[in-house]
Amino acid sequence: MAITELAQWERNRVLEAESGPLEGTGLTEEELKALFGQMLLARRFEEEVEQACRRGQIGGYAHVYIGQEAVATGFLAHRRPGDLVFTGYRDHAHALLLGTDPGAVMAELFGKVTGVSKGKGGSMHLFDVPRGLLGGYGIVGGHIPLATGAAYALRYRSTENVCLCFLGDGAMNIGAFHEALNMAGLWGREGLCPVLYVIENNQYAMGTSVERHSAVTDLASRFGAYGVEHEKVDGQDLVAVLQTARQALASVRETGKPYCLEALTYRFSGHGVADVTQAYRTKQEVEEQKRRDPLKLFEARLRAAGALDEARVTEIDRDARQRVAEAVRFAEESPPPPPDDLYRDVYAEEG
Amino acid sequence: MAVMTYRDALRTALIEEMDRDESVVLMGEDIGVYQGTFRVTAGLLDRYGGKRVIDTPIAELGTVGAAVGMAMAGLRPVVEMMSWSFALVAADQILQNAAKLRYFSGGQVSVPLVIRGPNGAGVQLSAQHSQSFEAFYAHFPGLTVVVPADPADARGMLKAAIRGQDPVIFLENASLYGMKGEVAEDDSVRPLRGARVVRPGTDVTIISYSRMLHLALAGASMLAEEGIEAEVIDLRTLRPLDLDPVIASVERTHRAVVVQEQWKPFGAAAEIAAAIYERAFDHLDAPVERVTGADVPMPYARNLELLALPHEAEVMAAVRRALYGKPELASEHISPTRV
Repeated sequence: MAITELAQWERNRVLEAESGPLEGTGLTEEELKALFGQMLLARRFEEEVEQACRRGQIGGYAHVYIGQEAVATGFLAHRRPGDLVFTGYRDHAHALLLGTDPGAVMAELFGKVTGVSKGKGGSMHLFDVPRGLLGGYGIVGGHIPLATGAAYALRYRSTENVCLCFLGDGAMNIGAFHEALNMAGLWGREGLCPVLYVIENNQYAMGTSVERHSAVTDLASRFGAYGVEHEKVDGQDLVAVLQTARQALASVRETGKPYCLEALTYRFSGHGVADVTQAYRTKQEVEEQKRRDPLKLFEARLRAAGALDEARVTEIDRDARQRVAEAVRFAEESPPPPPDDLYRDVYAEEG
Repeated sequence: MAVMTYRDALRTALIEEMDRDESVVLMGEDIGVYQGTFRVTAGLLDRYGGKRVIDTPIAELGTVGAAVGMAMAGLRPVVEMMSWSFALVAADQILQNAAKLRYFSGGQVSVPLVIRGPNGAGVQLSAQHSQSFEAFYAHFPGLTVVVPADPADARGMLKAAIRGQDPVIFLENASLYGMKGEVAEDDSVRPLRGARVVRPGTDVTIISYSRMLHLALAGASMLAEEGIEAEVIDLRTLRPLDLDPVIASVERTHRAVVVQEQWKPFGAAAEIAAAIYERAFDHLDAPVERVTGADVPMPYARNLELLALPHEAEVMAAVRRALYGKPELASEHISPTRV
């Protein structure tokens, strides 16, 4: 969907959404307030990541999720224990939302042995297997076949679990996407592919806009070519995401068939910390999009429902900032991996 | 002991492991209804059903990627490559995901995956279907590269590969599928490491693997008629590369010839020769010789194809060159180097 089309579509959604009730999310008011806290934590964490990159404490690439928080928050809120999650390299928020300790995530970014991947993966390769996070991946689209096969394995083993596969709009033009989706369509006919593909359509494949990288800009519709049902959701409106995610995950869980949800969202920060000039978009466009900040929208709805007030928001924010500060302190004080770790985990330990 | 073909040895290993462990599944192009291009999976769809014997679309990248995901989620997939030449399109999944996942996940993830199929030239399959990839895969940490030369190893090592915790590149050879050999009656698993001497000798060490091992053995037999006793070593795996028996042998024979089907530049023989120089330099009486395929894409015409592939006569010539300086054995004087 082109930016102008998107803007129109979103304006219509806003009219429905921003005044709408909180019902249909499948969550209690307390749970929704907790989600606000998690979402805010993800935001404050990423803001700090940008600072830590500038301070030189984080090396390599770092891609932050600022502006897109409602997408992962909404979908992961409806996960169940045993569900599996795969995503690309913009993966910090997914780990935090799955309950991974912010200190272990920050330590990974700092290249410390206390990091989730022992300092061997870095920003793009966060793993937390006990919580179902089977990775952050650095090759665009390369994780989509993995998620598809993992979903097959879940149903092969007769579990009721499902797989969530987050992918960007830019991941839909590479062969891995198409080969995996064709198999998902085939296996889904037998009820053997319980995977929910979530397109985090932030409008840009790095710096190439959707209308410049995709011959068909209705991205969800492209899943139809492989017999996979699909719909769109306003990815800035957490309540809408929660409502849609709840139904979609229930359907995938019940049928064992793949499903696609295209979440229309927007990345407020650059593609990565090195994306300084952002020549591919105007400041005006970014400012316009920031008016639909998912945190502000959700806060407004919680306030309208009487679930939050100014004092409580301040308190939640203070808590988030404190947890991020603790994560940084933990990362700073942690040791780097010992030299012996260089050769560890190339192969399974013998014996 | 039972006598069976290399093909049946592979098939037996698949059956034994599938009977033993329900998490073993097979994936590949035309492995089910069609019965497998080389019939290694013949009858297995009927025996295990479509959920365990998965006919895939012609999509090697997607198939291997899905198999990696299955392995991460508790299955033990065995993917058949109709030809290793088709695996190039799957290289991203093999090298970027399967080989590295354990490492970049900090040891949290295992990928017990086997990818197997014919490697190397067939008969007149021409340029896109005839090439040898063992050195390519052996370059990457995280992979195990198996190159079995006989039915007993084909069975025992495939079983070990399936039971392992890491991705295995299992390189068969189309012209070996019909080869017969003795295979133990019991459920014998052979570890995925350990070169071995298959023909003892005292004058020169010939190192090879997979189909080229048989070329080395044929050359050695003919040399024996001339009074030259070559020791022949089967490497069996290229990663891990067990060179201890090679070094021990070279320390006795002082001369070495490496035989590979691959192109010469940057091939397996180069690595093996370099290792011999590093570890046994003072024991060498001649440069390490390499017998390799011709440095050209594989031609179709049979006469040219035969010229492009290593031949027994080249093994014998290389041995004679290596025997330079040992005139009682070198029947004719040949320069120690060649282009």
